[in-house]
Amino acid sequence: MLITCPYCGPRDVIEFTYQGDGNRERPEPASQNFEAWNAYVYDRLNPAGDHNEIWQHSGGCRSHLRVVRNTLTHEISSVAFARGDHGPRRKMEGKS
Amino acid sequence: MAEYSALSLLANALKGNKDWKPAWRKPDPKASYDVIIIGGGGHGLSTAYYLAKEHGITNVAVLEKGWLGSGNVGRNTTAVRSNYLLPANTRFYEHSMKMWEGLSHELNYNVMFSQRGCLNLAHTPAQFDDYARRGNAMRHLGVDAELMTPAEIKRLIPALDISSNARFPVVGGLMQRRAGTARHDAVAWGYARGADRRGVDIIENCEVTGFLRDGDRVTGVTTSRGDIRAKKVAVAVAGSTGRVMQLAGVDTMPIESHVLQAFVTESLKPFIDTVVTFGMGHFYMSQSDKGGLVYGGDIDGYNSYAQRGNLPIVDEVMSEMLALFPGLARVRMLRSWGGVCDMSMDGSPIITMGPLPGMYLNCGWCYGGFKATPASGWCFAWTIAKDQPHDFNAPFTLDRFHRGLVIDDKGQGANPRLH
Repeated sequence: MLITCPYCGPRDVIEFTYQGDGNRERPEPASQNFEAWNAYVYDRLNPAGDHNEIWQHSGGCRSHLRVVRNTLTHEISSVAFARGDHGPRRKMEGKS
Repeated sequence: MAEYSALSLLANALKGNKDWKPAWRKPDPKASYDVIIIGGGGHGLSTAYYLAKEHGITNVAVLEKGWLGSGNVGRNTTAVRSNYLLPANTRFYEHSMKMWEGLSHELNYNVMFSQRGCLNLAHTPAQFDDYARRGNAMRHLGVDAELMTPAEIKRLIPALDISSNARFPVVGGLMQRRAGTARHDAVAWGYARGADRRGVDIIENCEVTGFLRDGDRVTGVTTSRGDIRAKKVAVAVAGSTGRVMQLAGVDTMPIESHVLQAFVTESLKPFIDTVVTFGMGHFYMSQSDKGGLVYGGDIDGYNSYAQRGNLPIVDEVMSEMLALFPGLARVRMLRSWGGVCDMSMDGSPIITMGPLPGMYLNCGWCYGGFKATPASGWCFAWTIAKDQPHDFNAPFTLDRFHRGLVIDDKGQGANPRLH
């Protein structure tokens, strides 16, 4: 299985770490909505077909990626930065 | 119907083996049943068997999407053990172990249960201490466990590299002598035959496509072979749990489906007469009666419904095998395959009523469901028949996750990749 990292290009799956289901919504840290926390921690959609998931390119640029992958065929249809909604993570100033 | 015995073997041999009856019928589905069990794997079949035998409920259908035993019951690496740490797991799996010990007689079907022992190798003093703790926990609940020294291990498994030059030297091990292996196909066939002769309809090539509902209550299923009604609908579909529950409108479950690969080598002369597990990774191996080494390791580690895996795990499993047994470097792998595992969020199973009225659920076996086959069916049948769990499966509820009552034997948290 190859995952095409937006920074590094197509790389073998062995360079990546699976971070799990990307559909889950993390409650606000101060939230006391226990049901929402329980759902976030334990409940999964687990679809047979396209699955939104988070991978980290831990053996490469270490970016967290949002990947859409088919759980029946392992075919990957899209890869984007996990923070893609806000564009790629900005370089932190003062650090190289 | 023919019992299997030395006499019947001889009589049939003399008659050219032409008079053997099929082990189970191929009935068409009836319009309704008392109980429908979705899933004709080991757990579904044993559930049907114990419903009929222990509870007298024989108006039962087992619906199987493919052919009988085509899923994980025929794909696992056949190890049977009860060496758990937490009391809920230990009691349940020990009940299963005791059932295994009489299973061939119970079913009048040779499941080739061989109590050849299961040895967990420890590679650091801390790991050895941890195994001592687990062994003590097991013995506390009446399960056999013993610690072994490297010299004893070397006598048991001469091929193992226990020298200090090994990549991960062996400092000891935890042995359960009553553990072992069984012939997995025979387990499915034996339960199928036993259930069938008590009146259970086993319906193959019958895929459930939806659920019949009366309000919230489940009143039957729609299938590729027509609608079938039932007072009680039991789900025992392992890796397909997510898909089937979605048909019932239950969108999320504390389950992820992952693929686990298994491997077998060409046949060798007797090489190892126990089940051995590696402590510095995840690897386990035994030798089949045909001589092939049967072994496996970790799940691939990402959601998958494909019954095949990827190469990185193949690579990892082989390297772990060679770390333990350098002498196997030239042995050829004959076959590899994958099965879809229903990984739960705490590594422990779910056997419970619900989550909808009229429905019963059996899932979350991770990659350890084979050894549970007798007790899983026995407890599930009890739960279906009496509408309450037996003490053995009372802790294995679906709502335990939201209630903070998880049974996490390895302490890995809600991360199925690591269980």
